[in-house]
Amino acid sequence: MTYKYDFEPVFAAWPMLVDGIVGTLKMSSLSMVMGLSLGIVFMLMRMSKHRAPRALAIGYIEMIRNTPILVQVFFVFFGMPAIGIRLSGEQAAILAMTLNCAAYAAEIVRGGVQSIRPGQIEAGRALGMHGLDIYRFIVFRPAIRAVYPALCSQFILMMLNSSLMSSVSAEELTYFAQTLDSQTFRSFEIYLTLGVIYLALSQFFSIALGMIGRVYFSYPAK
Amino acid sequence: MNGTSMSEKAIAMSGVNKWYGHLQVLKGIDLEVGRGEHIVLCGPSGSGKSTLIRCINHLEEIQQGTVTVNGTTLAQKGGNADHIRRDVGMVFQQFNLFPHLTVLQNCMLAQRRVRRTPAVEAKEKAMRHLERVHIAEQAEKYPAQLSGGQQQRVAIARALCMDPKIMLFDEPTSALDPEMVKEVLDTMVSLADDGITMICVTHEMGFARAVAHRVIFMDRGEIIESAKPDVFFSNPSHERTKAFLSQILNH
Repeated sequence: MTYKYDFEPVFAAWPMLVDGIVGTLKMSSLSMVMGLSLGIVFMLMRMSKHRAPRALAIGYIEMIRNTPILVQVFFVFFGMPAIGIRLSGEQAAILAMTLNCAAYAAEIVRGGVQSIRPGQIEAGRALGMHGLDIYRFIVFRPAIRAVYPALCSQFILMMLNSSLMSSVSAEELTYFAQTLDSQTFRSFEIYLTLGVIYLALSQFFSIALGMIGRVYFSYPAK
Repeated sequence: MNGTSMSEKAIAMSGVNKWYGHLQVLKGIDLEVGRGEHIVLCGPSGSGKSTLIRCINHLEEIQQGTVTVNGTTLAQKGGNADHIRRDVGMVFQQFNLFPHLTVLQNCMLAQRRVRRTPAVEAKEKAMRHLERVHIAEQAEKYPAQLSGGQQQRVAIARALCMDPKIMLFDEPTSALDPEMVKEVLDTMVSLADDGITMICVTHEMGFARAVAHRVIFMDRGEIIESAKPDVFFSNPSHERTKAFLSQILNH
């Protein structure tokens, strides 16, 4: 082995890597927030007592969970222009990740809602509260709390999956790494550094989500 | 209880039948409850007593018969259940406090969302009722930080915040440790003294003697016997009532 390690070109390109980190953080956070919101809508449809919304939600969730996210983003980016919807790489990435995240979030949150004792809902009804108010003020927080760790690992998984978005030229970390690789051919150094950055980002999300959880979803419990 | 206020009916159930699948859990229930009347419902487990009171505020649907609360007859599918629930407070065996809200927030939520009461007013009323059940000093705590007896008193205060005319108690002391039963019963006795209409599913026969105008015994979905407490305990007329009383009183 005579390979001579040289991280110099990688570190010299730090502004590019910072751009990449910003891009990854932006796309991931946006998709998490929008994916969770949309996921809650699908969860409510999935639990509806009416057949049509339930069937629609099940169909959607199964379709997303049983196809690769790479195919999903290719469909959004390359497929949708055929029906007149033309998105930039970044827009396509955020849309695909949001749609993907929504399906998983819907199922995770549904688990949380099902863990709520019926007595909680009955207490709300006995006080004269309505369906959506009961969800919003009584069910939601304990439900999210019950599944918060699962939700967080899904979010982190999605942040890692955002590296696939480089294939539609979304300007995130892996995209810039590939660009740098084609300029310097320092593949070993570049992808090793990239791995370390993703590891750090995972830790960052893990800590940040943990803090959000402590503020919004924690209260004394037995 | 004087005759004039009793003559107006708070609750009237007539010919109520209810099934779970093929199992009939309520059989031809006819029951009238006067304004300000206190009723204790007892009977063996599975006799339908909890189901009966849950039909009054439409937590359970009935298949036949009518339930009328303060002159409003409950629609079969519960279309006007909200209207009825406005007048009916309920206290559950498992307290069912909202674990993510403080005691004070538990008492304010429905006032804010259902009655649209301004926050200041809602808080003031919540504190008044929490004081009444002697738990105002715990207002900022979460349910999990309270004992069972304290939680149940908060649940009573929460129901009272909606100014109910009728209170339903579904085995309010059955999930409590023995040393906490008294504090909850004392709270209920003081409520009774204020003249609120009350239906209480309980096996606390001391409570029944102290506050009930009538004790009703149910078995297998039917009302077997209904009598004033002194008559009910000293001279029950039905064999099933006698058997039940001997089981719960003689040990």
